[in-house]
Amino acid sequence: MAADKYGAAEKGKELAFHPMDQFIVKPFFGDGAVGIFTFTNVTFWMALTLLAAVALLVLGTSSRSIVPSRIQSVAELAYGFIRKMVEDVASKEALPYFPYIMTLFIFIVFSNFLGLIPGSFTTTSQIAVTAVLAMVVFLTVTILGFVKNGIGFLGLFWISAAPLPLRPVLALIEIISYFVRPVSHSIRLAGNMMAGHAVVKVFAAFAPMLLISTGIGLVVTPLSILAITAILALETLVAFIQAYVFTILTCVYLKDALHPHH
Amino acid sequence: MEGDIVQMGAYIGAGLACTGMGGAAVGVGHVVGNYLSGALRNPSAAGGQIATMFIGIAFAEALGIFSFLVALLLMFAV
Repeated sequence: MAADKYGAAEKGKELAFHPMDQFIVKPFFGDGAVGIFTFTNVTFWMALTLLAAVALLVLGTSSRSIVPSRIQSVAELAYGFIRKMVEDVASKEALPYFPYIMTLFIFIVFSNFLGLIPGSFTTTSQIAVTAVLAMVVFLTVTILGFVKNGIGFLGLFWISAAPLPLRPVLALIEIISYFVRPVSHSIRLAGNMMAGHAVVKVFAAFAPMLLISTGIGLVVTPLSILAITAILALETLVAFIQAYVFTILTCVYLKDALHPHH
Repeated sequence: MEGDIVQMGAYIGAGLACTGMGGAAVGVGHVVGNYLSGALRNPSAAGGQIATMFIGIAFAEALGIFSFLVALLLMFAV
């Protein structure tokens, strides 16, 4: 549906490229329709993400030297960082689920960072990708909550610290906010990735102004190149922080499942 | 003609939805500012609260992202 809108926009005088063009899923080889088994640019960059994760975690730690090499210390830092986060935020009982959270973090952080390469495709900018990640977290946490606490998991919605007349109202609010979780969890990651990359492309559209006019171009071109550099630096920070936020929220939800009574 | 007016309304609505991002900006600034003022009063306790700050940022930011989502839906889905 979006492609139709792009087509409509191209009839008039528009930018040479649309800032949202970079998010179009298309076949990696040649042109054609995208089917279920088509090898698309998303498939390609997701495969590279997996390769990067394997390169860091398997190859990086294969030598297991006492004095770690640079890549080994990065892998150990990442492991220690996430393990500490799970312990601090979701308590010691959440440690059996540490591998899942580590997998989430490594996948998201690599796919965010690979998306920073100019001309690449950010797989986490697709709501379809992040929605699957968030839905899996949501289902895991809900099922785990009922398995661990039985019907007592519903105590999460019945806040015993509040005065009795307020509790039904609070329960309603809590239930709504519980079901909004997967939405905000997925949209936050996809939205941040999409917005930042679109802003870079908007400035990239202004950068060749010097080719059109030497008057205003002398001001606009250096400014927009500076802006692209600055925004890419900000995006590097955002790429890490969003992976961190996604992981830490998973830990928070996990804590709710393990200890629903606060 | 009717389709043009509908599209115009959708684009105006998308622009209006972006004002919601200002609210998210205020919220995130409030969270970080209060964290910083607390951290400067008691620096020894600051390190342990960074994770809490990020959770607060994430919740404040989510609502701004919702307005972004509304803008996107108006632009490409309606």
